[in-house]
Amino acid sequence: MAHGHKSNEKVVFVGDSRVKKAGMFQTPPDYTAFPGKSEAFIPNFLLKEWMVGCVVLVGFLVWVIAEPAPLGYPADPTNASFIPMPDWYFLFLYQFLKYPYVSQDYVLLGTMGIPGIMFGALMLAPFLDTGKERRFYRRPIASSLMLLTLASCVYLTVVSWDHYQHMLAENNTIPEHHERADKAREAIERGEPRPNPLKKAAAIIEADDPAMSIAQAQCIGCHAADFSGAVGPALIGVGNRMTQEEIAAIITNGSENGAMPHFNDKLSAEEIDQLAVWLAKQTQ
Amino acid sequence: MFKNVYNWIDERLDITPLWRDVADHEVPEHVNPAHHFSAFVYCFGGLTFFITVIQILSGMFLTMYYVPDIIHAYASVDFLQHQVAFGQIVRGMHHFGASLVIVMMFLHTLRVFFTGSYKAPREMNWVVGMLIFFIMLGLGFTGYLLPWDNKAYYATKVGVEIAASVPYIGPYIADFLYGGDIVGAQTLTRFFAIHVFFLPGALIAMLAAHFLMIRKQGISGPL
Repeated sequence: MAHGHKSNEKVVFVGDSRVKKAGMFQTPPDYTAFPGKSEAFIPNFLLKEWMVGCVVLVGFLVWVIAEPAPLGYPADPTNASFIPMPDWYFLFLYQFLKYPYVSQDYVLLGTMGIPGIMFGALMLAPFLDTGKERRFYRRPIASSLMLLTLASCVYLTVVSWDHYQHMLAENNTIPEHHERADKAREAIERGEPRPNPLKKAAAIIEADDPAMSIAQAQCIGCHAADFSGAVGPALIGVGNRMTQEEIAAIITNGSENGAMPHFNDKLSAEEIDQLAVWLAKQTQ
Repeated sequence: MFKNVYNWIDERLDITPLWRDVADHEVPEHVNPAHHFSAFVYCFGGLTFFITVIQILSGMFLTMYYVPDIIHAYASVDFLQHQVAFGQIVRGMHHFGASLVIVMMFLHTLRVFFTGSYKAPREMNWVVGMLIFFIMLGLGFTGYLLPWDNKAYYATKVGVEIAASVPYIGPYIADFLYGGDIVGAQTLTRFFAIHVFFLPGALIAMLAAHFLMIRKQGISGPL
């Protein structure tokens, strides 16, 4: 176009230009090669593709909103009890390496030998299966090898996952990202802030206060010896959530939902006041 | 106005053939699900690309908040997940999209295999597709470490230990990935660099080759 013959062009390519004077658009080989009702890519087919793409995207977003991405506790290299687990699409390889004759003395066969042959064969499939026939049922060797490999991968993945579940049950643990999500949900339901696993366990403030001994006598049964919460919520940080008056009211009359009993018969008004002043200082 | 700008550029650079070559091709009946519903199996390649684009875009947004060092990595992911507006959704898209890419790519590979589309003259495109497969697995492996939680840490430790058991080159691979003796500060920055620069660069080059070849050769004919 640019090197056409129109005399009003601003740029004219000179005769010895290396720019090839190609014709207009070259028809690609698949343009008319196939019988039947072919359809233009733009705009007809692309429009349909976009519609399918929108549906896929909406479905994907619904999934992502319903299921937050997992996050466990911060990496701790000294944690000896953690059960390692790769992402699900590596499980078949992970499980494969647990079998005899591909582990221990034979680990080379497990890491390089068999996976090397399998992935090598997959990569070089066009040079191994060179026949002209394309239909899978007329290529029994290639097709059956692929189906066998597929079945093996599915089997190994399922066994590996099953093994992982058994190990979790044996060690009586739940995956950390579940534990963390559960704890966060419980904390939010109690009206506390989301626990931050990076924060060191906060210490009680003014632990030498005389109110501490009252608290140790009366409160630790429900609120735990370190005041981190058990049946009742954590008292560490209670000053963030309540004022001194609110704390005093709850100690005197019990909590509104009746979960905490009233202490006006066990403690004097003076002791309650002392306790409330001290608890209101427990901020983080 | 727009047309004048286009013509001005086209006069100088002859850009029309570039996009006409992409735009002007026909989709044959045997791959069009509108004609034969079973032809939906031909959509998996396009869907893989679609999810890959989502991965690239969501990953670009994640790097706005993510900090690749062992003190702040976990904290930045935690902040992203719980404090940043739509952070949970963007991280979710990237996390689950990684699985979805693998699934779609797997289905696409099976379609190509069982329709015998890898046969002459398309051998090179199959090999490039396999390289894309390995790059995707590499992206999955390196990306798994980045949130720096226990699951990430120990999966990487085990993975690199397996690689290290390979004779002769194993210790070099482990040294390259670890950047030291343990999974530590260097490992995280290396995995970040590999995940965000090295592998995506290779991926884009391979995708370009993949698409160039399919345009040059056309889609394989009906069975």
